[in-house]
Amino acid sequence: MIYLDNAATSLPKPPAVIDAVVHAMKHMGNSGRAAHENALDASRLIYEAREAAARFFGAAKASQVIFTCNATEALNIAIKGLFGAGDHIITTVLEHNSVLRPLYELENQGASLSFVKADPMGRVRYEDFEALIRPETKGIVCTHASNLTGNLLDIKRIGQLASERGLLFIVDAAQTAGVFDLNIRDMKIDALCFTGHKSLFGPQGTGGLVLAEGVLPRPLKSGGSGVQSYLRSQPAELPTRLEAGTLNGHGLAGLLAAFCFLNEIGLAEIRRREAELTRHFYEAVSKIPGITVYGDFSQERAAIVSLNLEGLSSSELSDILSEDYGIATRPGAHCAPLMHEALGTVEQGASRFSFSYLTSDDDIEAAAAALKELSQ
Amino acid sequence: MRQKQLRFIVTFHTTAEAMALEKLCRTLGIKGKLISAPRALSPDCGIAWRSPIETASAVKKAIAESGLEIHGFHEMEL
Repeated sequence: MIYLDNAATSLPKPPAVIDAVVHAMKHMGNSGRAAHENALDASRLIYEAREAAARFFGAAKASQVIFTCNATEALNIAIKGLFGAGDHIITTVLEHNSVLRPLYELENQGASLSFVKADPMGRVRYEDFEALIRPETKGIVCTHASNLTGNLLDIKRIGQLASERGLLFIVDAAQTAGVFDLNIRDMKIDALCFTGHKSLFGPQGTGGLVLAEGVLPRPLKSGGSGVQSYLRSQPAELPTRLEAGTLNGHGLAGLLAAFCFLNEIGLAEIRRREAELTRHFYEAVSKIPGITVYGDFSQERAAIVSLNLEGLSSSELSDILSEDYGIATRPGAHCAPLMHEALGTVEQGASRFSFSYLTSDDDIEAAAAALKELSQ
Repeated sequence: MRQKQLRFIVTFHTTAEAMALEKLCRTLGIKGKLISAPRALSPDCGIAWRSPIETASAVKKAIAESGLEIHGFHEMEL
């Protein structure tokens, strides 16, 4: 199989990540639940992962890193824990349902929402963020990159606006953490939500929320913490405040190895390689008759190329690619309903080709050759 | 039966605080270890840092200089 569905989850994973998970599963106790060596080893490893994530995303303290099972959980904690009835929240049509659905829930409870629109190339106008601010606006929630088009948003620019206007700023970095530099202090981000299993190359079931100092969402979950057991409520202190229940220690061992892998290569090199692969594929397929490519390829972008081939639905195209050519892509709606509406692709969907640092040039050429053959 | 002696104990709000202090003390070469939090200091479960009593001022200084948050300092026969 030629795997070009890295925006869903990266594959292959670095061997060091796999080895770390296996080692943890052989040796690790439950973090924070006792003082014997197996439990302490788990706590130490998770703390190392917390420190690594804090350094990676520019947090001053390890306790500002909350581990979750994915970006969706992190977004739910941030959105539901920081906003409520009566608040006005600004977001964009680029968002994934992991942002949209928590916001719609809040809307049903009395919050109000405004959406920054996108043009047919999936681009936003940054002036629209400011134009939508009202006296009751509490914050801005937006993705760093569309999971459909791969277009990036200028997070630093939006963060500056949020900071100047006293708004909370929540960022969905599901498609960019591990490729693009993300620093919550430089970018004035209050809550950065990431997943471990995409560009970070970690295991599924890992992710996190990186909070600016002083930002304290209400807990989404309550339960076991290993500390302050006679309190009737979840402990107030981070990270325990937002981490009820046993953490995915085995997965976090893999995530720690993944941070080491990325730091060794360097994000600049990862970006260079992903941009090379994306450009190579885009130039090969965009000239094929009958193919429509979505998104803005004149700017730096995530390694995603979504397209359609005339005469086929995206599900038909992706199934033919899988069955006849052994090429894995993602068709359909990609949990991004408003982005498809903006692109006019609600009916056809789109077939998404997404690459990682470990994608080969041969994979790109095989996919382009398959599309060329199918267009004839 | 292990003979009891006066020890310096640090208690924490979170496991992450405990991990941070252990790492700090290891870096500075301060002797001690993480233990189950003594029942007399806290009815909660959780872990605590136990050091020889003579290291108390070094541990307190390290915590103050690093800005590390902890729950409290204690001296007790353990």
